[in-house]
Amino acid sequence: MQNQAAFEISALQPALPPQQAVTLKVNGQEKTIKLAPWVSLLDALREYLQLTGTKKGCDHGQCGACTVLVNGKRINSCLTLAIMEEGNEIITIEGLAKGDELHPLQTAFIEHDAYQCGYCTPGQICSAVGLLAEGKAKTTADIKELMSGNICRCGAYTNIVSAIEEVIQKGGQAHE
Amino acid sequence: MSTEYIGKPTSRVDGRDKVTGKAQYAAEFEALNLTYGVVVSSTIAKGRIKAMDISAALQLPGVLQIFTHDNRPGLAWFDKSYQDEDSPPGAPFRPLYDEKILFSQQPIALVVASTFELARYAASLVKVTYETEPHVTDLNQLRQDAYTPSKYKSAEPTPRGDAETGLAQAAIKIEAEYNHPSEHHNPMEMHATTVAVAEDGTLTIYDKTQSVLNSQKYISKIFGLSTKEARVISPFVGGAFGSGLRPQYQLFLAMMAALQLKRSVKVVLTRQQMFSFGHRPATIQKLVLGAQANGALEAVVHEAIAETSQFEDYSENLVNWSAMLYKCENVQLTHKIAKMDVYTPLDMRAPGGVSGMFALECAMDELAYATKLDPLELRLVNYADKDYSEDKPFSSKELRQCYQQGAEKFGWNKRNPKPRSMREGKELIGMGLATGAWEVKQKEASAKATLSVDGTLQVSSATADIGTGTYTIMTQIAAETLGLPMEQVTFKLGDSTLPEAPLQGGSWTAATVGSAVKQACEALKEKILAGLRSAKDSPFEPVQTLEDVVFTDGRVFLKNNSEQSVSITEAMRLAGENVLEVTITAKPKKNQQEYAMFSHSAVFAEVRVDEDFGTVRVSRVVSAIAGGRVINPKTARSQVLGGIVWGIGMALEEESVIDQQYGRFINHDLAEYHVPVSADVHDLEVIFVEEHDDIVNPIGAKGLGEIGIVGAAAAIVNAVYHATGKRIRNLPITLDKLL
Repeated sequence: MQNQAAFEISALQPALPPQQAVTLKVNGQEKTIKLAPWVSLLDALREYLQLTGTKKGCDHGQCGACTVLVNGKRINSCLTLAIMEEGNEIITIEGLAKGDELHPLQTAFIEHDAYQCGYCTPGQICSAVGLLAEGKAKTTADIKELMSGNICRCGAYTNIVSAIEEVIQKGGQAHE
Repeated sequence: MSTEYIGKPTSRVDGRDKVTGKAQYAAEFEALNLTYGVVVSSTIAKGRIKAMDISAALQLPGVLQIFTHDNRPGLAWFDKSYQDEDSPPGAPFRPLYDEKILFSQQPIALVVASTFELARYAASLVKVTYETEPHVTDLNQLRQDAYTPSKYKSAEPTPRGDAETGLAQAAIKIEAEYNHPSEHHNPMEMHATTVAVAEDGTLTIYDKTQSVLNSQKYISKIFGLSTKEARVISPFVGGAFGSGLRPQYQLFLAMMAALQLKRSVKVVLTRQQMFSFGHRPATIQKLVLGAQANGALEAVVHEAIAETSQFEDYSENLVNWSAMLYKCENVQLTHKIAKMDVYTPLDMRAPGGVSGMFALECAMDELAYATKLDPLELRLVNYADKDYSEDKPFSSKELRQCYQQGAEKFGWNKRNPKPRSMREGKELIGMGLATGAWEVKQKEASAKATLSVDGTLQVSSATADIGTGTYTIMTQIAAETLGLPMEQVTFKLGDSTLPEAPLQGGSWTAATVGSAVKQACEALKEKILAGLRSAKDSPFEPVQTLEDVVFTDGRVFLKNNSEQSVSITEAMRLAGENVLEVTITAKPKKNQQEYAMFSHSAVFAEVRVDEDFGTVRVSRVVSAIAGGRVINPKTARSQVLGGIVWGIGMALEEESVIDQQYGRFINHDLAEYHVPVSADVHDLEVIFVEEHDDIVNPIGAKGLGEIGIVGAAAAIVNAVYHATGKRIRNLPITLDKLL
């Protein structure tokens, strides 16, 4: 047993991490915000940049509601710190449409009623954009497996899979 | 162009907002000088707080205040002030009331700081010492202590006849006990409240709720505010399934902090804290069925024990389904509850129905094997052509069609009745079915309809859309009633300043608010017609009633002369009105009381069970629903699909596991509390059978939020038996139970 008292929180003088300027490139725009290193990318988007389209469903990487695209890859934004993403291309749900023209997946989600409450939807759509880019989903079973990191408690999976399948059949990245 | 919308598959009017991230939920509104509240939760299940040391946390720069039972402001005194529209009998939990701990994860402090991260860190510095008392959190241990509540929250058991004699006469008898654990709602959006305090002190409260009015009344009573001072807004709700029927403690805490600090405060619960309030109660249910050799029921005995908290008597309609679902002279029902050191259970999607009918429908399956009848045949032998429990005719009941169309679509006739007789490779195949029912209710509700001279219509009511499609179907109803294109109609909800609507729950919103919307639009039509008749040289002058005109395609036509028409905007101009507005209250008709009003379902499930691993895959489900008029087949199908997914969860995955040593839900996150994911969901099909009903409400819709889950779990459980020959009566059917 080593000097246990040293590890007790009460023995530590609380020292807060200093805030620092962080420049994030979100949806093509560079934004500089002041935040402490302990701010997750998810909270940076929601609380510091008012981009609340990205959702918090668990804060532990268990539900997928916070999925965004970083350099084209889908990640759980609750599992990365904002300062780690400086210099990276971050795309959120707010950045998928080109002006009034929706991303094909957004259109397909509306058409197929691939949501109910809508809370997991931005994460589902961003995840599906990442899925298409990965090019691994060849079958319906693949889509289901590779979309299983995104929980939908309303149970809209049947329609989510149909929406994604339709976009794949129409040639995937038609939007780009 | 056609302005007929009811019954047509229609994409959600709020769809664009949902797919672009514009839809705003309770934690997503900007507020002046916003601060963040983080809740500290109790780590013991029962006892008292001996001491709380908040000094280390409080000295952090940026921490504004830490609210505890020691320093909270004075509050309302009486239980009545804390009761809400969905309170069961008893004394509601009061956050930060005193040092007593009534359940694990009880909120014991709120840390408010300038940032979320700081508040979270400070919360970790709050030191609490407890005096622990022994807790009881095992329902099984409380069988002998279970009691009959002095008042049932929803329905009192309605036994009839003499079950003992019935059983004595029965040629065949089955008796078994069915259990299921507690389950948590777990909507994707955690419960959250943002109280925005404006420069002038005006409060705007954004709350996750199934009723802005319920939240408003709750905080008004507790904090002594007028309804004008406490405006509650909730335009989007990220799922609820019942969790938003009662005001949750984040609302109380955010309000307390905002009023004390005179600052905007946002409180979002963690996913772990989503296991710290209401949940579907665990039940222990005994079923005894007695039947003649031909399967005709002689007696049904349904005895249930369910959990409740130490402070409220929660009970749901758990056993009465056994009195109404089938024809039987002798029905004995008991429903007891047992006090545990947990938070009070709370209505969760088809409360009672899904639990009670899981037991009844599994027992019926067992009876089918005992009588050597096909499970479908057994149900037809006992088909109830009236509600025997209340001796009333059904307002409508197309359950036979559900059985027939469902069986045909599913291919029920391909089922080999022998258990463990069907397989493909290493997988055992099983087919099961179950019946479902849900009570149909229309409540009183108000709606306001405002027509502007440019032809746009706004209709509003203080109801909610928790993903059910309220925005869309109300727009459809309003547009069709007034004959306007849907693009010209908007529906507003989720604002406590709007006309009164009941809680969004019980599957009654389509019927209840829909009827109010329809009647408000009809009242507008009367006004338009009155204006037309009084206009100079009007061809509408001789028209007596609305019967003689048709509102469609944005115009008013004479019924007997379609050449004569006038646009709505022209009609407004002729009447010299810029705005026409009516507010009406729709009440259920008295004659409804002469009828039993239910929606029904027949659910057919196919499972594939890996013989070596015991893993169960629900490969197919067909759910045939008799739910009255379907207003929007697109969103209606989604609701039923969601119900089936919940059935999969209940049958195979969902269980809030209590660590009895600590009295705590131990799997309190989404990694350990399993809900179905995409890979768990395969071929699901929904059939809406034609069902006409003039009695249930003016719309003819029965509501679909709940009927989709009822029966789904039982059908899967019965299919697992058929696949494996193993009767699992203890949910969920995890693989260990099959090995």
